Amino acid sequence: MAKQIYYEDIEVGTEITPLAKIATTRMLVQWAGASGDFNPLHYDDGFAQAMGVGAPIVHGALKRAWLGQLMTDWIGEQGKLKKLSCQYRGMDYPRKMKTREEPHDGETWWCKGKVTKKYEEGSEYLAECEIWVENGKGEKTTPGSALVALPRRSRK
Amino acid sequence: MTEGSLITDELRKLIGMSSGPIVSKVEEGAIQRYAQAIGDPNPLYSDPDFAIKTKHGRLLAPPGFTGWPIKAGRPTERLFESLAKAGAPTRGLDGGVEFEFIEPIGASDVLTAKTKIVNIIERETRLGKTMFTTVEATFVNQKGNVVLKSRSILIQF
Repeated sequence: MAKQIYYEDIEVGTEITPLAKIATTRMLVQWAGASGDFNPLHYDDGFAQAMGVGAPIVHGALKRAWLGQLMTDWIGEQGKLKKLSCQYRGMDYPRKMKTREEPHDGETWWCKGKVTKKYEEGSEYLAECEIWVENGKGEKTTPGSALVALPRRSRK
Repeated sequence: MTEGSLITDELRKLIGMSSGPIVSKVEEGAIQRYAQAIGDPNPLYSDPDFAIKTKHGRLLAPPGFTGWPIKAGRPTERLFESLAKAGAPTRGLDGGVEFEFIEPIGASDVLTAKTKIVNIIERETRLGKTMFTTVEATFVNQKGNVVLKSRSILIQF
């Protein structure tokens, strides 16, 4: 696990440690089972076409879960994720599988973010962050925001 | 109602409609499979022996996990059926979500979810006339504490 980050370590503009993800058709099947979202939009070519998205797309909720991991990885064990929101603005299309385990070459998605505000409220030390998932072309398909509470280094 | 609006009087009547409560149990195996599907190796979600030694004392659920299946314990399904019956467009996409995490959710929690349609609006988008329905959900745990609030947007066109 990454080392603990503290409120004193961050400033407006501080970058959140990026997280790489590769969506594959296999992963979408796994997500469907694990989340219980069996909408054929995410695995049936004909259905996805009829819905106007061209081909099966990555579940918005999976991208949202990636952003959850981005934040919880960054704030560490002592941080607290208080709010997270995102909008599914752009479609993402998973890589197809080459073997049972390995996808074909293609896009890698990056979860990224930066601190937009830091402030104290009550007994908490808070940071607002702009976060997003970007596709292989660098387009933000899933913009969002998060609010976290961070620990302080103990006073001298 | 304006000429050609997607939001019929029947749909407008659904604003304020509640659904639930739906009770869901947060199972250890369901948490582990969910974390695996995200690709999140955090041992708090996968290793009960590790998790029990932390302040949480049990396997923790990744943010947004409320038991299987996750769509707000499915009370939203009933609201969506009502939307369909009231003439909502049949093509639908998930528009996004806002979560407020109030208390941790972990293995063996029993959550009670209530869901409500708080707003239906219409906008012209690249998909054509598009309807945005906002659904709020509140999750209460077995101790009676509100642990999670969510606002989800359903896009129909």
